[in-house]
Amino acid sequence: MKLPAPPLPRFLRPAPRRPGTDRDGKPQEPDAKPPGLKEQAQEAGISTVGWLDERTGASPFLRGFLFRKVPKGTNWFYTLGSATMFAFLSQAVTGVFLAMYYEPDAPGRAYQSAQHITEDVFLGELVRGMHKWGATVMIILIFLHMGRVFLFGAYKYPRELNWIIGVVLLVLTLAMGLTGYLLPFDQRSFWATVVAVNINASGPIVGPYLADFLRAGAEFNATTISRFYAIHMLLIPGLIAALIGAHLYLVAKLGTTAPPWLKAEKKELLKEEI
Amino acid sequence: MPGAFEGETVTRRGFMTGGALAVGGIATAAFALPALGFALGPVLEKTEVEQWQDVGPEPDFNDQTYVPKVINIDPNIGDPGKTTIYVRKFKSGQDTVIKGQDPQPYVAISTRCAHLGCPVRYLQASQKFACPCHGGVYGFQGEVIGGPPVRPLDRFYTRVRNGRVEVGARFSLNSKLERFSPRDPSNHLDGLWQYLYPSRPTT
Repeated sequence: MKLPAPPLPRFLRPAPRRPGTDRDGKPQEPDAKPPGLKEQAQEAGISTVGWLDERTGASPFLRGFLFRKVPKGTNWFYTLGSATMFAFLSQAVTGVFLAMYYEPDAPGRAYQSAQHITEDVFLGELVRGMHKWGATVMIILIFLHMGRVFLFGAYKYPRELNWIIGVVLLVLTLAMGLTGYLLPFDQRSFWATVVAVNINASGPIVGPYLADFLRAGAEFNATTISRFYAIHMLLIPGLIAALIGAHLYLVAKLGTTAPPWLKAEKKELLKEEI
Repeated sequence: MPGAFEGETVTRRGFMTGGALAVGGIATAAFALPALGFALGPVLEKTEVEQWQDVGPEPDFNDQTYVPKVINIDPNIGDPGKTTIYVRKFKSGQDTVIKGQDPQPYVAISTRCAHLGCPVRYLQASQKFACPCHGGVYGFQGEVIGGPPVRPLDRFYTRVRNGRVEVGARFSLNSKLERFSPRDPSNHLDGLWQYLYPSRPTT
């Protein structure tokens, strides 16, 4: 049996090696000159990334996410999902800046502030136009993406949950279209919203309550527009962003499917056996 | 299985896990429930318009044709809170008396189509109301003649004060012109259908 050595008194312990000295205590020759300003500047990007990576451990995740293997036959149709996501990002960015000028106030400021954005604000017409047409583009892209997934059979096991999340994203995007339509507050958006709320009211049992929730009361009133605005710019975008995260996680986790016209290649061994 | 001492029914770990979940649940409920109630409150609030609005002197109206008048549904939001109504004198002997109600001296009809809420227009030549959106047609008393509407046009209570006609709150009618609390367009009030569209708890 081996007993642990008794601790030596401090003055008897060997002194640890000092930094910059070799085993015998002689000063080491420096390997290279310390980096000059130019070298430091050249390395700044890499060292920043390295600093972050050392502290987050993000690179294995990012490598797996960005450089994952895709099946043979992957083609341009596989970009429709990313295109939809960029449409959402465009909507989010333009929406944030529109919110700097827009006032959700029914007695007049809503319509006036929307007009003000279009007519007076620098690039206002462009940003509002991007948001308006981007909404349509996003919905078209969603349906194209959905059609790709359906026709390629990419919704099948084990990707059913991603299909379900995608359908929820579709419904949320349509709800964005509905709530955003009221905000310019012209005749068209007002009456479209009246009809849309009444369509909600036509649902059995919950319909009347749903309509009251959307209008914030039994009639269209002063808080209806702020309610639509809050749903449009806070509630649903948060849900969409979170669900896009889940959607992408599952895409990276499960991988994409090969197009249906590609048959799985049999292994050589199996071919020989046949 | 738990058994640090006799009679123990739950492990410390289990107790702490349950306790942490319970505290987290209470903390979440403490902010989530008030926020939810705040958003859903209008569903349960009483929102009936109580005040009476003047629509003009008695000689303005007759029992042959409707006169369009503008009233406030919500006075706080300017133009969007206004709506057009059609008013005429009650035609005794021909008009149906609304049950459960004192005979109303005037008939004040809402222009909100009972299909999806588009504004209907009165056409004197045919003595009918027509909706531009989906082709709903109503007769002289607001009863459905054709198209998709599920019930007659809504009405407003009327009264006469100092020779002037005033209109009050809105009410809905079924196909027999029986009175119901105000409903949204598209809500049925006949047969078994009416039980699928409950009235607001406060009306």
